[in-house]
Amino acid sequence: MKKIIKAEKIRYDYLQYAEEGAEPEITHAVKDVSLDIAEGQFVAILGHNGSGKSTIAKQMNALLLPTEGTMYIDSLDTRDDGELWNIRQKAGMVFQNPDNQIVASVVEEDVGFGPENMGVPTDEIWRRVDSSLEKTGMVAYRLHSPNRLSGGQKQRVAIAGVMAMRPKCIVMDEPTAMLDPNGRREVIEAVRELNRTEGVTVILITHYMEEVVHADYVYVMDQGRRVMQGTPKEVFSEVEKLQELRLDVPHVTQLAHALRKDGLPIPEGILTLEEFTEEIMKIKEGKGGTGHVAEA
Amino acid sequence: MSLKLENVTFTYSQGSAYEMHALKDVSLEIPQGQFLGIIGHTGSGKSTLIQHFNGLMRPTSGRVLFNGEDIWADKYDRRNLRFHVGLVFQYPEYQLFETDVLTDVCFGPKNQGLDKAACEERAKEALFLVGMGEEFYKKSPFDLSGGQKRRVAIAGVLAMNPDVLVLDEPTAGLDPKGRDEILDQITALQKDRGITVILVSHSMEDVAKYVDRLIVMNKGVKAYDDTPKAVFKHYKELEAIGLAAPQMTYIMHALAEKGLDVDTDATTVEEAKASIMKALGR
Repeated sequence: MKKIIKAEKIRYDYLQYAEEGAEPEITHAVKDVSLDIAEGQFVAILGHNGSGKSTIAKQMNALLLPTEGTMYIDSLDTRDDGELWNIRQKAGMVFQNPDNQIVASVVEEDVGFGPENMGVPTDEIWRRVDSSLEKTGMVAYRLHSPNRLSGGQKQRVAIAGVMAMRPKCIVMDEPTAMLDPNGRREVIEAVRELNRTEGVTVILITHYMEEVVHADYVYVMDQGRRVMQGTPKEVFSEVEKLQELRLDVPHVTQLAHALRKDGLPIPEGILTLEEFTEEIMKIKEGKGGTGHVAEA
Repeated sequence: MSLKLENVTFTYSQGSAYEMHALKDVSLEIPQGQFLGIIGHTGSGKSTLIQHFNGLMRPTSGRVLFNGEDIWADKYDRRNLRFHVGLVFQYPEYQLFETDVLTDVCFGPKNQGLDKAACEERAKEALFLVGMGEEFYKKSPFDLSGGQKRRVAIAGVLAMNPDVLVLDEPTAGLDPKGRDEILDQITALQKDRGITVILVSHSMEDVAKYVDRLIVMNKGVKAYDDTPKAVFKHYKELEAIGLAAPQMTYIMHALAEKGLDVDTDATTVEEAKASIMKALGR
């Protein structure tokens, strides 16, 4: 499959100047990180506050450029100045705070802002606005004022705005951190739908483990390094390691893990309620695979 | 030091076309030392409610009593009330402003009229309580991580030695470990110092784990007011008002439906584990 994002040994240093003329203090926010994200994938990046997740995300549409190493977006090197606009068009970003991303006073104009800046002809802009609002379920709000929307609705407008630029991938940096449970669900459902039906690659950075369960692949960051990777099942099988990294696992995974520790023959990496009840009922009916415990 | 609301109603833009009841006839008594949780969908009236606790908002009708005294009575010292009822807003780190951490935390006690030495003593104690050691005293608050800033902001309120601490989503945006640390420290404060803690949260898991009593707000009225367990029994009704129960509630109900004899009231991982082991005869 075609790689849409390819990071080769990226390093990124922040320089902090205590006072003018002094030697800067160097913080290595990202160290030697390589990533390979195929087109159409739903990829999650996990990590605690300060682990380097956002720094990596900002490299994905050239808001930051690597200090060392190379980042390719759809085969374009982010350090190539001439390609900057192409890169930003291919990889759209959605940030944490819904209030910082809205520019217009009417929803439909906000969604049209991106393509307008790209010089898309007017009729085409409106076609894109229509289809983006439809895909994010925001058609009913097209003539509303964005500041009267809920947080989840605002984020969906932000996503629609990115979609109107017809990107190949959407990079979302904790898009649900400031939302209530309903808003979170709305936003995650909207992006999953875009990923499924439009084939848009999604890179989701989050603290909410429940949002990661359906991802195709997960990367875990710690102290600027990529420390774990795999399918959600593989990653969430390592409950203790994740906890050491200041992270959680979904509650159902945690429960399965606790039961397993107490000797119940239940496999690691249970991610959904359905899997969990199925395993428990197997044990009840005496069909539990005791082999799993022996393996561990 | 109890806090009491009697038939409190708050109406925005009263008499205009935009008139909206943010609170409708809410009565509530919070005894000293309780750990109270408040949940509710966005726009349910949670934030309006907590701003009545320290007199930031004045009820359109009804009374707010602190220690039996009407805080809106003539000559009531509301400035002093705000030292007793400390309110930590959402994203309080945006309110940090001083050049170093210690000075920032001293701001509250300084306004209370304490001298410099007493202020610093209070500030150091407050910083200790939120797990911020001496090495941070002289740092600029703006060089700290998100979780550290949050702690400093909470310390700023604690330094006033409040009897009641009201926190509006203190863990929003923090990583899971940071969330646990802050909530554990707040619980310790409530237990050791006997302060009342009022926690506004979107996380059902957090309220299930920490609070003694849970109030559910919906459309400006108190929909439920009970122990978390009793409230989460109504998980289907909670969903209808845009909320949910902890994941454990769903798991336990799913198992019960399949005929396993488990306790459907279990809301935490530990309780669920114990109940499942028992049901399986292990």
